[in-house]
Amino acid sequence: MTDTPIDRIRNFAIIAHIDHGKSTLADRLIQVTGGLSEREMTNQVLDSMELERERGITIKAQTVRLAWKARDGKDYVLNLMDTPGHVDFAYEVSRSLAACEGSLLVVDASQGVEAQTLANVYQAIEANHEIVPVLNKIDLPAAEPARVRQQIEDVIGLDASDAVEISAKTGINIEGVLEALVTRLPPPKGDAQAPLRALLVDSWYDPYLGVVILVRVKDGRLKRGMRLRMMSTGGVHMLEQVGVFTPKLVAVDDLGPGEMGYITAAIKTVADCSVGDTITDDRRPATEPLPGFKPSVPVVWCGLYPTDADDFEKLRESLGKLRLNDASFHYEAETSAALGFGFRCGFLGLLHLEIIQERLSREFDLDLIATAPSVVYRIHSTRGDVAELHNPADMPDPSQIDHIEEPWIRATILVPDEHLGAVLTLCNERRGQQADLTYVGNRAMAVYRLPLNEVVFDFYDRLKSVSRGYASFDYQMDGYAESDLVRISIMVNGDPVDALAFIAHRSQAEKRGRAICERLKELIPKQLFKIAIQAAIGGRVIARETIGALAKDVTAKCYGGDITRKRKLLEKQKEGKKRMRQFGKVEIPQSAFLAALKMDA
Amino acid sequence: MEPLALYIHWPFCLAKCPYCDFNSHVRERIDQARFAAALRAELAWEAARLGRRRLGSIFFGGGTPSLMAPDTVAALIADARQHFDAAEDCEITLEANPTSVEAGRLRAFRAAGVNRVSLGVQSLDDTVLRFLGRRHDAGEARAALALAREIFPRLSFDLITARPGQTVAAWRAELREALALANDHLSLYQLTIEPGTAFEAMRRRGELTELDENTAVAIYDATAEETARRSMAAYEISNHARPGAESRHNLAYWRYEDYAGIGPGAHGRVSVGGTLLATRRHRAPEPWAELVERQGHGTTDQNAVAPEERAREALLMGLRLAEGIDPMRFAARTGMTLAEALDDTMLHAAIDEGYIQFDATLRATEEGRRRLDALLGAIVR
Ligand SMILES: Nc1nc2c(ncn2[C@@H]2O[C@H](COP(=O)(O)OP(=O)(O)O)[C@@H](O)[C@H]2O)c(=O)[nH]1
Ligand SMILES: C[S@@+](CC[C@H](N)C(=O)[O-])C[C@H]1O[C@@H](n2cnc3c(N)ncnc32)[C@H](O)[C@@H]1O
Ligand code: SF4
Ligand SMILES: [Mg+2]
Repeated sequence: MTDTPIDRIRNFAIIAHIDHGKSTLADRLIQVTGGLSEREMTNQVLDSMELERERGITIKAQTVRLAWKARDGKDYVLNLMDTPGHVDFAYEVSRSLAACEGSLLVVDASQGVEAQTLANVYQAIEANHEIVPVLNKIDLPAAEPARVRQQIEDVIGLDASDAVEISAKTGINIEGVLEALVTRLPPPKGDAQAPLRALLVDSWYDPYLGVVILVRVKDGRLKRGMRLRMMSTGGVHMLEQVGVFTPKLVAVDDLGPGEMGYITAAIKTVADCSVGDTITDDRRPATEPLPGFKPSVPVVWCGLYPTDADDFEKLRESLGKLRLNDASFHYEAETSAALGFGFRCGFLGLLHLEIIQERLSREFDLDLIATAPSVVYRIHSTRGDVAELHNPADMPDPSQIDHIEEPWIRATILVPDEHLGAVLTLCNERRGQQADLTYVGNRAMAVYRLPLNEVVFDFYDRLKSVSRGYASFDYQMDGYAESDLVRISIMVNGDPVDALAFIAHRSQAEKRGRAICERLKELIPKQLFKIAIQAAIGGRVIARETIGALAKDVTAKCYGGDITRKRKLLEKQKEGKKRMRQFGKVEIPQSAFLAALKMDA
Repeated sequence: MEPLALYIHWPFCLAKCPYCDFNSHVRERIDQARFAAALRAELAWEAARLGRRRLGSIFFGGGTPSLMAPDTVAALIADARQHFDAAEDCEITLEANPTSVEAGRLRAFRAAGVNRVSLGVQSLDDTVLRFLGRRHDAGEARAALALAREIFPRLSFDLITARPGQTVAAWRAELREALALANDHLSLYQLTIEPGTAFEAMRRRGELTELDENTAVAIYDATAEETARRSMAAYEISNHARPGAESRHNLAYWRYEDYAGIGPGAHGRVSVGGTLLATRRHRAPEPWAELVERQGHGTTDQNAVAPEERAREALLMGLRLAEGIDPMRFAARTGMTLAEALDDTMLHAAIDEGYIQFDATLRATEEGRRRLDALLGAIVR
């Protein structure tokens, strides 16, 4: 099985905008090449997580080894790499692409090029891929293969004259795709005699096998019984099993250069397996690791708190379990005066945050509240050192700050002409700097530099609403820049509510401060004492609302001698106060803060 | 020890009013003799353990005590006078409904020893009386008031305010008439929709909308203003009297003094052998009577009241009174000082806000009393 000559191997990825048919095509390729029996075939075979299937996104990379007898009569091994499809996982995507020599660029022939198509294709070009354009959904009456072909040439600058026209759904011309892979993609290169170098593409936790690592062998051979060394950490592990995905796991004796497959070793957590790391032979190590390794760094942080304080331990356990399988998110315990005990968690992006939050509630049945997401700021102190800040509550006193830098992104937005004005207005409101504005067919393509901070604050929702859902959006990180940032504290009767503090550009501070104050005014019930809600920058109040005292709250009814009932009511009222947060002489139900945060999200 | 207050409950009514959650029951026929005997028996049993004490007041409440045979009332009063040392000016009140039938028996109740009646007038508007499910009209109510005034040295009546759809102007007019008709005491209750009542079911079905908060506040303000103008300011949150005409019996509750409760569902707070007991009798009339017949009393719950419970009870009752709470009496009665019973920070915040005054006595101001439920929640430890 693994004695395939290297020139009979093709390694490829499929890149596509969401819903253009990546998963359907993968299913079809597996079916046509006979990887799974009719019975084993489900839809979207590769999206194994419930969440992946439901949302149509791929979170973990996966591969399938396809066997194909080509028209030239020879047997080929085609390794399909299914990459995560979202900017949050841009680094993971780049590693998956680095494991392949070429890509199928799937474009929906009835839709044309979208923002994600572009972002992904540029990554493939960067990975030196041979790119085969595939026009999908030609079965649809609305399909316009000629127009989309032209678009690919105009916008991306790829030769699309040989684009393969298919219908992944009905199965039209799947062979054409397989043939194109054989004839147009270069075979991998590698030195079987050199010391082992295998790229760690991804890893996950399997309840039976322990940690499973997805690898692409570059040089040398992976053999059962070897002692492996992770070059970034120096960690050494005994290799237990080598295998390939058909897509079922099938053990083999060894894997040579150009091959993709899996290994298991006595590794306890995926945290020991960094994506992009180079795996080598501990006895005969390579001198140089493969290029492009980067440790994963969270980009967005937020506090996660159990709605029910009793769930804190359960939350800790659940986070631990999730991290077993996803080393890219980080968490540490933190305490908030307003929300109690919880965790500050770091994510690769907003989608990643959403996925983790959703898995916590779904798979672990936790009811959680998240504070507003914060990006990672760089605080340059007056003493000259630099610190990363990912919790607004930790912002040092302004007198100690020389300047602050914030992360920027480069966003690509495709939108029909009639909504362009609204989209540009939105980007400008969010401090965007236009980098490019061109047309892709009848749609405008705006490239903007935007502070990430403005994007984590309801940008997607606004973009969707101003474009009636027609805009597509993608971005990549684009460095840090100095900015006039301030921390806005929200105070109740003069006491700051830590969980509501946030960092914003000075120009947005007042508007957002006012919005939160107004919202709290609606959410906090009237009380015995009047309540002042203020938003402030340092000592300066920028917005203020007052909740007047209750006008009347007394039972004016005949009581007779049943004092017990009255007392029990009073005692219940006191008991209820345990769910309240004391701010000076007023007590605010925690639920008001939770609601304020929920509306923020 | 302060004189005892004696409450006697008559649990029957001709019909159940749609707002009422008191312990009242409707029966085709009432065995007057059996309930008379049971009430007398339970009174004797309670008196035996209380010992010979001074008696400050008797209150016949309900239900509808004006449905009692006057002989029963007479017998119970006589018994009470025998068991206890009744004060010379012992206040003996009976709750009466102002239907013509019941009005006809007022003289008999006076003859039995009742010296004060409290009439359940509820409203002086026929439409409202029908809405409240009452069996009398405004004419009967006025007639009953006039008659009662001739017969009894002291007279009070009840009105229900803050009814659905009520306007401030209409209430002012009704209240002015009521103040003109009033002797020296008036109870003004805001309609409360209680669980399990017909009104609650109507509200759930959307057939009844409670008065909006703003109007309820305005009615509360109008009430304070109108009654003060007629020298009938509130001495308790819902009770108005000319000085000296306060209900002595009800004051015993609010001042958290001893009161014995006789009859179905009656509550009591009585000191027995130095311990303050909270007592409660069986709520259902017939099972209560059976208990009494079997064991001499119908008590189902009897607990010693712990100091912190006493403190809470004394506070939640005492702060309803304009006169407030005497710190020395409070400490003697509850075993805790006010300082121990109250949250110091919140107390001071409430004082600063003008809700509480604390000098020789601890009092909720008018501003404080109108927010008493929230105020208690804040200051009581
Ligand atoms: N009509 C038609 N629909 C297709 C075709 N390929 C995929 N689809 C549909 O397009 C939707 C998105 O496909 P999917 O493979 O999940 O897209 P992905 O998000 O790129 O993985 C699904 O409803 C598919 O059934 C095709 O060739 N023709
Ligand atoms: C013990 S009750 C009944 C006395 C007597 N049976 C009668 O109906 O006239 C005493 C008073 O409480 C008041 N009351 C009863 N239920 C009420 C409610 N749900 N809301 C406000 N006041 C109420 C009425 O004014 C009533 O007269
Ligand atoms: S309000 Fe009075 S008459 Fe009506 S049911 Fe209640 S106790 Fe009986
Ligand atoms: Mg998919």
